[in-house]
Amino acid sequence: MKAIAAPRPSSSPLSGFADILRSECCKLRSVRSTYWMLLAAVGSNVALAALLAIFLPRQLSVHEKATIDAVRVSLGGLHVSQIAFGVLGVLVVTSEYDTGMIRATLSAVPRRRRMLAAKTIMFAVTALIVGTGAGFAAYFVFQAFLTGDSLRTSLGDSGVLRAVTGAGLYLAVLGLFGLGLGAIIRSSAGAIAALFGVLFVPQLITALLPHAWQDTIGPYLPMEAGGAIFTVHQDAGSLGAWSEFGVFCLYAAVSLGAGFVLITRRDA
Amino acid sequence: MIEAIGLSKRYGAIVAVDNLSFSVPPGQVTGFLGPNGAGKSTTMRLILGLDAPTSGSVTVNGRPYAAYRRPLFAVGALLDAKAFHGGRSAYNHLLCLALSNGIGRSRVDQVLDLVGLRSAARKRAGGFSLGMAQRLGIAAALLGDPPVLMLDEPVNGLDPAGVLWIRTLLKSLAAEGRTVFLSSHLMSEMSLTADRLIIIGRGRLIAQTTVADFLNGGSGNFVRVRSPQAAALATLLKAQGAAIVLETDDTLRLTGAPCDAVGELARANGLTLLELSAHQASLEERYMELTKDAVEYRMAERAPAPSPNGGRS
Repeated sequence: MKAIAAPRPSSSPLSGFADILRSECCKLRSVRSTYWMLLAAVGSNVALAALLAIFLPRQLSVHEKATIDAVRVSLGGLHVSQIAFGVLGVLVVTSEYDTGMIRATLSAVPRRRRMLAAKTIMFAVTALIVGTGAGFAAYFVFQAFLTGDSLRTSLGDSGVLRAVTGAGLYLAVLGLFGLGLGAIIRSSAGAIAALFGVLFVPQLITALLPHAWQDTIGPYLPMEAGGAIFTVHQDAGSLGAWSEFGVFCLYAAVSLGAGFVLITRRDA
Repeated sequence: MIEAIGLSKRYGAIVAVDNLSFSVPPGQVTGFLGPNGAGKSTTMRLILGLDAPTSGSVTVNGRPYAAYRRPLFAVGALLDAKAFHGGRSAYNHLLCLALSNGIGRSRVDQVLDLVGLRSAARKRAGGFSLGMAQRLGIAAALLGDPPVLMLDEPVNGLDPAGVLWIRTLLKSLAAEGRTVFLSSHLMSEMSLTADRLIIIGRGRLIAQTTVADFLNGGSGNFVRVRSPQAAALATLLKAQGAAIVLETDDTLRLTGAPCDAVGELARANGLTLLELSAHQASLEERYMELTKDAVEYRMAERAPAPSPNGGRS
């Protein structure tokens, strides 16, 4: 048989994976939804920080001002931006299934776990950079818009740098949780519903339980465990910021792990 | 070369592909024919490793598809023309696929030129017509300049100029020594493009042959003879072993004797011939004959006639 194949690039396993990373990076950059999601996340963080700095201090009593977690308040935009990061994480996988692109992708990269690993890495790096940027932007905007000194903090204060950095970590891990669910469920609507169901519903249910139970279960619920990392004043019964964040990472790891197992076991 | 051995795929209770063995040789266009639901697309998905076979195996140039580190250099496939992210431009869609196999931007430009999409390359692919989407899918298949091309219904949605373009392209690719494997349900198209045929029905192999042999093998091939002395001619031909059907008083329809022999026989016996013509079944007729038992979704034999007022209830 006549051989016609074009000259091949070097095919060491490492350069092969670098190519898949480049491909996934191209995918992330070449759709508008990525930019909209990230813009919405950064924008909501910054805008809410400014609004909170302007309007919150005048509504708080002196006692409240003294006890409130001012850093967590400045990161209030996370409540909105977490939705954008979660949706983006889900879409990284499910947009391929929704459009049928997955068949072209897996025809080009039949080693499915490498493809999913490349997606995971590309998303994690992007989310970490943008999420961290959004966290610090929110923090500094909040400080800039404060008129009094009552809610002012400094990055040098105990736990503040960890909490502000933690905003980016929280957003990235939440997105990875969504990415894993996307790989398991393979449909945008289903995976987004599952992600926010898992985040919000346990919170609502435990609110009905006695306080002692809430304190015991609370640190293990995904949203509460995740939130500890951007909180300076930890709740009673807290396992500590990093331990609770570890619990949150565990949720993401389980969903990603299941995604990695299932992707090679099912027909595309 | 694509080789399937005992390939089977079962989805729950449905057997989509049933113990299918075939080979697709290089240097020719091989048509993959079958009624809707026969298992053509499933077979192609099995070849690409998108679905795992329940049993059996299939290799491309001697290796299973999943063993290729950079498969775009081995196989170019077009399964579903619309399988791209509508928000991505044609150029970026191809670039994303190309990068995963270490293929550069210049090759992306080349294939865009090859399929005539250069002017639309920066537009969102979601706005493409089916014809443009088919061209984009073919461009993706050609990215790695692969020795094996596999296309599922590539002429779907193309205008006549597009169909001619595809036909010429596929023939030239096969002439370069490549393996070209394409499915279609358009018989007339297949008879113009393909050299060989693999025909399946209900997931099973019905025939694997060349187009010429396939056409010669059917009951639709006959010789028509019109003669004022039809009865005398019929007697002579029967003596030679031909099967004869009397169409009208002076017209015979016969199988088992070629035109030449009939002409010689008539001359030797001083019989007048008014017509002597060979009829070959079309690919379509042969195909219908072979697959009539294997049609998955047959139209109801006696569908109720639509009501005259056409009212919907």
